[in-house]
Amino acid sequence: MVELNALSACDGLLPVEHGRLTLREETLGAITSLAPFKGQGKALSAALQAAHGVGFPAPNRMEVSGDVACVWTGRDQAFLLGPQPDAGLGAMAAVTDQSDAWAVVLLSGEGAEDVLARLVPVDLRPAAFPLHAAVRTELGHMAVSIMRIEAGLRIMAFRSMAATLVHELSDAMAAVEARRRLS
Amino acid sequence: MRIPCPICGTRDRREFYYQGAASMLDRPAAEAPLEVWHDYLHLRDNPAGGTRDLWYHASGCGSWLVVERDTVTHEVLGAALVEACDAD
Repeated sequence: MVELNALSACDGLLPVEHGRLTLREETLGAITSLAPFKGQGKALSAALQAAHGVGFPAPNRMEVSGDVACVWTGRDQAFLLGPQPDAGLGAMAAVTDQSDAWAVVLLSGEGAEDVLARLVPVDLRPAAFPLHAAVRTELGHMAVSIMRIEAGLRIMAFRSMAATLVHELSDAMAAVEARRRLS
Repeated sequence: MRIPCPICGTRDRREFYYQGAASMLDRPAAEAPLEVWHDYLHLRDNPAGGTRDLWYHASGCGSWLVVERDTVTHEVLGAALVEACDAD
């Protein structure tokens, strides 16, 4: 058996710093897509609560309990972030392991919202996008899921787009930092 | 242009994909006359005023929407889901 070394999605690309802004990779553990079957939304939410301490999130929200999070990612779909999913969830939802499919980065520091304002067509300032808000949107032309956690703004993009994601964000961070120095 | 997605809230036009007239939802019966099928497939109104279109929230929730808008004023009057969410 060949021993292979696992590389993270942003291996060799992060962290990046521009002035007060930092971009680093996050390691979340398991990422599991949950898509409730017809009529099973409430039952799935109750089973999630019992097994992992978080309910199925409302649109544009995430539920958090300790290291476990469940984030809304689309119509009748959410991602469980952290633990391996309880086997019983499969009776109520399509459960799909997506752990290696996503690049997950954290943008933090003063002006993080200004960086994303250059790339994302959603208002992500704290008044409109408070703690544990979560949107499915686009960054440039990339499909992304963005959520606000205590540490900053977490951005999830398809793993195949990791280098583009870091490039776009890094350029925007540099531009925001350059403008701050001028003012 | 912004579209009020019933699930995600009001979002920028960039997140949506335009499909065409909402009359595509009114599919004729299989045995309907050839003229009816011809009309359904090929003939479209081109109104100056209110129109109903199908839009797909591609970069958001992934819902098909019927969007009502005004082609003269460019006002977006509303949007509704083609199919309700079925998990609840």
